[in-house]
Amino acid sequence: MARSTEKAPQGIRQVIWASSLGTLIEWYDFYIFGSLATVIATQFFPKTNPTAALLSVLATFAAGFIVRPFGALVFGRIGDLVGRKYTFLLTLVIMGGSTFCIGLVPSYERIGFAAPIIVLVLRLLQGLALGGEYGGAATYVAEHAPPGRRGFYTSWIQTTATLGLFVSLGVILITRHVLDSDEAKSIAKFNDWGWRIPFLLSIVLVGVSVYIRLKMNESPLFSKLKSEGRTSTNPVKESFAHKRNLKMVLLALFGATMGQGVVWYTGQFYAQSFLENTCKLDFDQSRTILIWAILFATPFFVVFGAWSDRVGRKWIMVAGMVLAVFTYRPLFQAMEHATDLPERWPMAGGSTSTEVLQALPNGDQIRKRTDAFDFANGLHVIGVSTDTMFQAQPDHRSRATQTITKQVPDSIYWKLVGIVFILILYVTMVYGPIAAFLVELFPTKIRYTSMSLPYHIGNGVFGGLTPFIATLLTTVYHTDALVGLWYPIAIAGVCLVIGTLYISNRIDTDITD
Amino acid sequence: MDQLKRAFGLLWMLLAFVALIAVILMAQAEIARKPTADVWIQWGVFVGITLPIAIGLFLFGLFALKGEYDRLPTRSSEL
Repeated sequence: MARSTEKAPQGIRQVIWASSLGTLIEWYDFYIFGSLATVIATQFFPKTNPTAALLSVLATFAAGFIVRPFGALVFGRIGDLVGRKYTFLLTLVIMGGSTFCIGLVPSYERIGFAAPIIVLVLRLLQGLALGGEYGGAATYVAEHAPPGRRGFYTSWIQTTATLGLFVSLGVILITRHVLDSDEAKSIAKFNDWGWRIPFLLSIVLVGVSVYIRLKMNESPLFSKLKSEGRTSTNPVKESFAHKRNLKMVLLALFGATMGQGVVWYTGQFYAQSFLENTCKLDFDQSRTILIWAILFATPFFVVFGAWSDRVGRKWIMVAGMVLAVFTYRPLFQAMEHATDLPERWPMAGGSTSTEVLQALPNGDQIRKRTDAFDFANGLHVIGVSTDTMFQAQPDHRSRATQTITKQVPDSIYWKLVGIVFILILYVTMVYGPIAAFLVELFPTKIRYTSMSLPYHIGNGVFGGLTPFIATLLTTVYHTDALVGLWYPIAIAGVCLVIGTLYISNRIDTDITD
Repeated sequence: MDQLKRAFGLLWMLLAFVALIAVILMAQAEIARKPTADVWIQWGVFVGITLPIAIGLFLFGLFALKGEYDRLPTRSSEL
């Protein structure tokens, strides 16, 4: 035993590197679709109703998450029957292939309804692959990790979801700005065809990751089990039809992963969406704020994972949920207040420009008017409106469509980075120790299947639906900009009570059984 | 503590029932308000995913009520 522990550090680094890189790429693949939802809406869904188009993509987004639990069952079963290594190699290939193909699908204007249907199918394949990836990677690393360090080593896998988001945001921002020396033209090119680049890039990343993973060995615990002929013959049945294991699956879902999922999505996706859609921050600032916050907070996944090896997994996760439940509203309120149109601030200057977008044959004109205002606190607000001026009735204009975007000064920018950092810190508390917690809950022969399903229902269904349900609540209750937060608060609250009451803080040192 | 765990079991069973009914009623109202295909699909998906989760929460509550969580297994052989 002592000898195997001595050998572990050299091998475990390779195991972590191979597993984490592939999982990071899978998350990257999955998130570029969500991050480009608005651009994809204009490409693949009818433009007659922009809201319907966006909802269609959100529904597609949700569909991606809803199939994740099925992926967990399908690939979890294969992983428990055939082995961890080949299963999460397969999921990587499916994910990379689907992502690459999305980048190749012709637009709705060119091939009609076939376009959104193909995109939907590819998105479903992405969800299916992701469902099989995480459980495999977490199990693979945990089954290589020495006892007493499982939280630390699996926490590297836990960083990949957030880093995947980080890389996807970075690639999108860079691509958006390098397609032309003129920024406006570059953005126009990105919206037209440049958005495909992040998808196409995936094939290179996946190729590298597959090459690295091919050189890895099977998990030692699974190999031992297989050589002794003690693998499960029907992992799905053993996981969910046997009451003793089913009750642990339900405990994992309602006492840990459900709350973790909503905290994860609120701290990252909903925070960015809130900055862009509610606070009206411009595209670049809303994303770079998230990028900085992720960069500062990511090491804490490892900090909390390692700490859980000493104090247990439960209380760190519970503390993250408590903080989320009680501070979400004040934190989001602070973001809203910081970017509020400041009646309290005097205006420092402004300018207006009008541009004729189109002169119609009957003499009417479609015009774009841009109003820019600078406030004394450094806030820069740009209002763009488009209307039609009628030749026959100069005083009568069509109703203008108006968009407002804000650019905040450095002081407010870094304050927002600080708030989002706190939100992601909660994510690191609930997410850092959870892989070790799930691995220790189930036996080797059905571990892949048993831990994958509650993880993907919690993270995928409860978490993945956060932006959708929050948007829905905001549509129904217009007056409260923070109404969307009640969903994650309620889910995390229930999970907090269940986790506190029913989960044990005991660390299982022996997962070889 | 065990008594508290068992008592809360009733709450989880009730919560499962209330959550399912609430989602079905919301779906009915939304579909009646705007009976288009996309609304049907969205709320159909919601009801579809809520059903097994509600059943799971109900079972969790039932297990808790019966004292199945009074003592958690410490070895895989107990599963």
